[in-house]
Amino acid sequence: MLFLLAILVGVLYGAAVYLLLRRNIFKLILGLIFLGHATNLLLFVAGGLTSGRPAFLRGLQGEAAGMSDPLPQALILTAIVIGLGVTAFALTLVYRFYKVTKTVDFDQLSENE
Amino acid sequence: MTTGLFLLVLLLIAVIAPFTRKYLKNQAGWTYAIWPFAGFIYYLSLLPAINQGAVLTESFEWIPALGINFSFYVDGFSMLFSLLVLGIGTFILVYAGYYMRPYPMKGRFLGYLLLFMTAMQGIVVSGNLITMFVFWELTSISSYLLIGYYHEKPEARASALQALLITGFGGLALLGGFVLLAIPYGSYELSYILASPDIIKNSNLYLPAFILIAIGAFTKSAQFPFHFWLPGAMTAPSPVSAFLHSATMVKAGVFLLARLNPVLGGTEIWSYTLTIFGVTTMFVGAWISVTQTDLKKILAYTTVSALGTLVLLIGTGTEYAINAAIIFLLVHALYKGTLFMMAGNIEKKTGTRDIRELGGLFKYMPFAAIVMSMALVSMAGVPPMLGFLGKELIYEASVAAPRAYWFILSLGFMTNVILVFLSLRLAIDIFWGKEPAYAKKPAEPALPLVLGPFFLVLASFVLGLFPHAMANPLTSKAITAISPMHDAIVLKLWHGFNLVLALSALTLLSGYLIFRSRHTLLPSIDNVNIRYFRREFTRVFFNLLDGFLVFTKLTTKTLQHGYHRFYLMTLFVVASVLVWVMIWRADPIMLELNFSDMPLNLVAVVALIIAATFSAVVSNSRVVALISMGVIGFGITIIFIAYSGVDLAITMIMVETLLVILAMTVVYHLPKYQNFSSTGARMRDTLVATLVGAFFMVLVLQAGTSSLEMPISEYFKEASYSLAYGRNIVNVILVDFRALDTLGEITVISIAALGIYSMIKLSKK
Repeated sequence: MLFLLAILVGVLYGAAVYLLLRRNIFKLILGLIFLGHATNLLLFVAGGLTSGRPAFLRGLQGEAAGMSDPLPQALILTAIVIGLGVTAFALTLVYRFYKVTKTVDFDQLSENE
Repeated sequence: MTTGLFLLVLLLIAVIAPFTRKYLKNQAGWTYAIWPFAGFIYYLSLLPAINQGAVLTESFEWIPALGINFSFYVDGFSMLFSLLVLGIGTFILVYAGYYMRPYPMKGRFLGYLLLFMTAMQGIVVSGNLITMFVFWELTSISSYLLIGYYHEKPEARASALQALLITGFGGLALLGGFVLLAIPYGSYELSYILASPDIIKNSNLYLPAFILIAIGAFTKSAQFPFHFWLPGAMTAPSPVSAFLHSATMVKAGVFLLARLNPVLGGTEIWSYTLTIFGVTTMFVGAWISVTQTDLKKILAYTTVSALGTLVLLIGTGTEYAINAAIIFLLVHALYKGTLFMMAGNIEKKTGTRDIRELGGLFKYMPFAAIVMSMALVSMAGVPPMLGFLGKELIYEASVAAPRAYWFILSLGFMTNVILVFLSLRLAIDIFWGKEPAYAKKPAEPALPLVLGPFFLVLASFVLGLFPHAMANPLTSKAITAISPMHDAIVLKLWHGFNLVLALSALTLLSGYLIFRSRHTLLPSIDNVNIRYFRREFTRVFFNLLDGFLVFTKLTTKTLQHGYHRFYLMTLFVVASVLVWVMIWRADPIMLELNFSDMPLNLVAVVALIIAATFSAVVSNSRVVALISMGVIGFGITIIFIAYSGVDLAITMIMVETLLVILAMTVVYHLPKYQNFSSTGARMRDTLVATLVGAFFMVLVLQAGTSSLEMPISEYFKEASYSLAYGRNIVNVILVDFRALDTLGEITVISIAALGIYSMIKLSKK
């Protein structure tokens, strides 16, 4: 499964990079979201894949062995929430950007400065 | 203690001078001169101890971890230089206090002068290379301020900038040189480096260190082809020219070469470089000075010539040469300081310093005329002035030069002939020649204006008259300090009839003959100069500077083009190429394709995400793109669930839902979805994206196959219930172990919310 997920991470990063290089500012935002997904998944996969053993304790002896690693999950959780904040802010910025400049093309912005 | 304390107080006086000048009124000059004079007396009182062989050192810690200290090192050579800096400095302050009376901002001017004096005195007593560098740069900066003192004049600003750029460039090279020099020693302390000179000579850092230090010294001491800033600096007021640009600052380069002579000197490259640059500068300076008509420019070019002579002598490095260097250094400082101050006086009293418009001044200012003529006699090298001894020693050194002595001797001879000619011309044409119509009647300069010149000439006279009793004790330890294997030669006026005396006589005679025929000779020399020699160095320098600015503008424009996507592309390409190189070199990944751990439902989810990704990227509709984004988000949620990330999955579901709704709201306001890129650009970007994506794929495979220990997580698993009383470990980490991080996260979200709110509020208006 690792192999498939590696391909998936690669595809997500590829899509992120491709979209970040676009002139259309909306596509740039899509690229940002892709970048977040790709990175979260990268951390998740790199933390080790454990099927069906969430990091819950029930008070049994020795149950921690073989449990999924909670630390990457905590990190990713933080990242997801921050990603939401950033994306929401960026989306609103795009909206304002268009209201002020009447364009969504980055090149027109640098010429109109 | 004393040397450091002395400098500190001097610096303090420099700082308060601009504010206290108005209370001291016209007494400011000599009041500020008291402290430098006290320093002069102090260093003079060290003379007996130093002649016993004492070396005074003191050290204050600055950055001990890097071996950088405020160390001071006073030996015979430092002492001689201190006497020059503080002695001449005292007279200059008295002179400047009076000279600058008609000008605005006198207090600031005196402050700059004192600041410069601190810096120069700091250089000559520095015992640590970095300390010396700091003082060195301080002289460049104070020199900039002083040259540009008449800042409302464009040419003064241009000259100041030129001097700063050239000496600043040299200073940078010098710092590099010092660092390289210190590496083999592991110390910046001068006393340590001077104690074992062979370490650097056996190191392969010798050559780069020498080249960089030489650049620093040559730029500071106006060696050809960097000489042109010095005549340019003559736009400064006369006290500045007399102090910085004749007696002290321009000698800093010479000081440095002499100081490091025991360490760096004696090698082939050292001798050849110094000899060639020195001899060229000596002759070119003298030659150009012949056809100058501005009194200060003449003096500036002869200063260039004298600096060349000093570098040549240090490069020659024989016993005679080192003796000659020290004596000539003293000689030159004494007569050139006088001449510059007198040039200022003449300009002040007649309103001009063009020697064609001067003449017959003897009857108006007899005392000044005698003082200046005596200095010129010293410059011409006529007994009994000290200048004679200097010139004799230079000839002795040239005759005995180890290589190319005929070349050095003939150019040295011509240089001295030119000096004799100039001395005669300046003395006779200015004081006795035909009197032009002066705008106002010239008068004897006031006492403070001639006090300095008088004492300097007196010193030159007395030292020349009693060389063995006076000049020898003053200089002998300076000579052995910069060349430990040589001894100080016993100085005397009369050497008997020999080759050198004959050369001296021939020099005087030739100088006189040229002076006699100057009216016919000068125009033709001028022609030669204009046709072959007249390189407008200043213009070339500023052209180079303009070219450099154009070049930097071009590179900045190329690198800072303003297109975000090309910045990003540069980052992506460079980073992934670097990583690809690493992957290429690393061990190949052992890939085990095990189809049994690939549940069909998950394979289907991955396939769905990939399909949705392509749809999101290539779609022409934003709604389709956003729905695809939603599919991707929920697909990833399923992967999280499948691999025990329950909390992640819950968060993802909420976040994705929110995001899709938010994006839809925004999309509603945006214009038609457009594609701005050309097919070529899309192909190129696809390539970059593939490069980066593939590298992340390999990264995941690497990370997945290399198993590391997880000590931190083990702790959380252990402590989650026992310490924090929580069973959901992920939650416990977030709200307990790393609660502050979560607080930060909440802050970020609040700030984002505030930003969004204000942006929407703003747009409502």
